[in-house]
Amino acid sequence: MSEVRLLVGIRKGAFVLTADGKRDDWKVEGPFFAGWECYHLKGSPVDPNRLYCSQSSGWSGQVMQRSDDGGKTWNPVGNKFFYDGVAGTHQWYDGTPHPWEFKRVWHLEPSLSDPDTVFAGVEDAAMFKSTDGGANWEEMSGLRKHATAAGWMPGAGGMCLHTILIDPSNHDRMYIAISAAGAFRTDDGGATWKPINKGLKSLHIPVADAEVGHCVHRLAIHPSKPETVFMQKHWDVMRTDNAGDQWTEVSGNLPTDFGFVIDVHAHEPETIYVVPIKSDGEHFPLDGKLQVFRSKTGGNEWEALTKGLPQENCFVNVLRDAMCVDQMEECGVYFGTTGGQVYGSADGGESWKAIVHALPAVLSVEVQTLA
Amino acid sequence: MTIRVELPQHLRTLAKISGEARVEVEGEVTPRTVLDALEAEYPMLCGTIREHGTGQRRAFLRFFAAEEDYSHLGMDVRLPETVARGVEPLLVVGAVAGGKI
Repeated sequence: MSEVRLLVGIRKGAFVLTADGKRDDWKVEGPFFAGWECYHLKGSPVDPNRLYCSQSSGWSGQVMQRSDDGGKTWNPVGNKFFYDGVAGTHQWYDGTPHPWEFKRVWHLEPSLSDPDTVFAGVEDAAMFKSTDGGANWEEMSGLRKHATAAGWMPGAGGMCLHTILIDPSNHDRMYIAISAAGAFRTDDGGATWKPINKGLKSLHIPVADAEVGHCVHRLAIHPSKPETVFMQKHWDVMRTDNAGDQWTEVSGNLPTDFGFVIDVHAHEPETIYVVPIKSDGEHFPLDGKLQVFRSKTGGNEWEALTKGLPQENCFVNVLRDAMCVDQMEECGVYFGTTGGQVYGSADGGESWKAIVHALPAVLSVEVQTLA
Repeated sequence: MTIRVELPQHLRTLAKISGEARVEVEGEVTPRTVLDALEAEYPMLCGTIREHGTGQRRAFLRFFAAEEDYSHLGMDVRLPETVARGVEPLLVVGAVAGGKI
C-alpha cells in the first residue's frame, strides 16, 4: 500500500510525519534542527528520498540542509546567497531607496525533472537556483532586474518570494509571487519575467489596479490545467484561465476572503480549498471557528468543511505555505496552524483529524505520496 | 597552538560538536584566525558566525574572552594570552532573544 510523508516546518525546527494509505495512524519523527526556524521543506518529485530544507535563525542566519534518505539523516549544503552584480535598491517603507539584503529562504521548489536542481525563493525578493543538490546557488537575476523592481516594497512580513510553481507541461514556464510586489511569470526558464497582475484590485495601494504592488499570499495550480492559476490575495480569492494575463475574483459567498493558503484537489482541477481568516488586522478564523472552505466549481460557490475542526475558541492562523494535498486515490488534504496543530483529511476535506496538536507554530506543510 | 572555542548550543548541534571545539591556530590568535581555523574544520559553520561576503560578526552573536567583551574590537584584535595558551575558551555567545521568539 502507498504511504504518505508530511514534511512540517515549524518555528523551532522540523518534523516528519508518516502514515500508510489509510492515513489514520501517524508516526511522528522530530524535532529536526531543534531551535532553528524551518520555513520550508520539500522533496524532489523525481527522487522522493531527496529532500531540501531551509533552516534559519536570527542569530546565525541561513543554513540549507539536504537529505538523501527521505529525512532519516540530513547534511548541511551551501548557504551562500549572493545577489548578482550590484544589488541595487527597492523601495523602503518610507518611500526611500533601500539596498537589497538577503535575509532568508522562504520557499524551495525542486525541479520536476532533476533531483539536483532546486529553486529557492528568498527575502529580499529574489529567485535562486542550484543545479548541484544545493551546494552552490546562483541568482536568476532576470526577475530582480525587471523594470518595476526598484519600486517593489516589503509588506509587514518582509519582501519575500514565497511561491514558485513550475508548469509540468512546459518547465520553462514558472509562476512566482512576492509580497508585496505581486505575481510574475517567466516563459523562458527564468531569463525574463512579466508581472501578471491585471484584474487584481488592492485598496492598500494608491492605484488599486497597479501593475505591481499587490500582496499576493499564495498561488496554486493543478498539473492538468497549468494555465489556470488560483490565488489567495491579501483580500480576495482570484483565478486566471490564461496564465495570469487576466484575473477574476471568485471569492463568491466566502464569509471573509482574507487568508493565506489556497490549494487544488489532486484529481479535480476545479476543486479548491482555502482557510478564511477574519481580516488583515485579526489573523484568526471568523468567530473562533476553524473552517476550511471548498469550492467544487473553481470558486464563487463555497461550502464550509468543519467536521473534526474546533468550532469555538479557536484563534490560530494558517500561514501561506502550510496547506497541501496528497495524490492518493481519495485525495488527502493537510494544513498546519500557528497553534501547532497539523490537521489531515483523508476524504477530500469532509472530515478532519489533528495528526499532531502541540507543536510550535507551523510555518509550512508539504506532503509526499510514496509508492 | 590549540585554541578552545565554546559555541552556542544550536551551532554545536549544526557542527555535530559535543563540548568545546578545539582548533589549531598558527601565529597571531585573533577572532579572524580562530574563526578561519574553525570554519576550515567545520565548514557548515561558514556564514553562521560571521556573514558571508563582509566577514563581519553576525549582529546577534558576541565574542567574550577572559571576562572581556571582544565583540566591538574588530576581527584582528589579539585575544588574551589565556585563550592563546588554551587555558580558557573564546566564547561565542548568542544574544538574549528578549522573549520575542
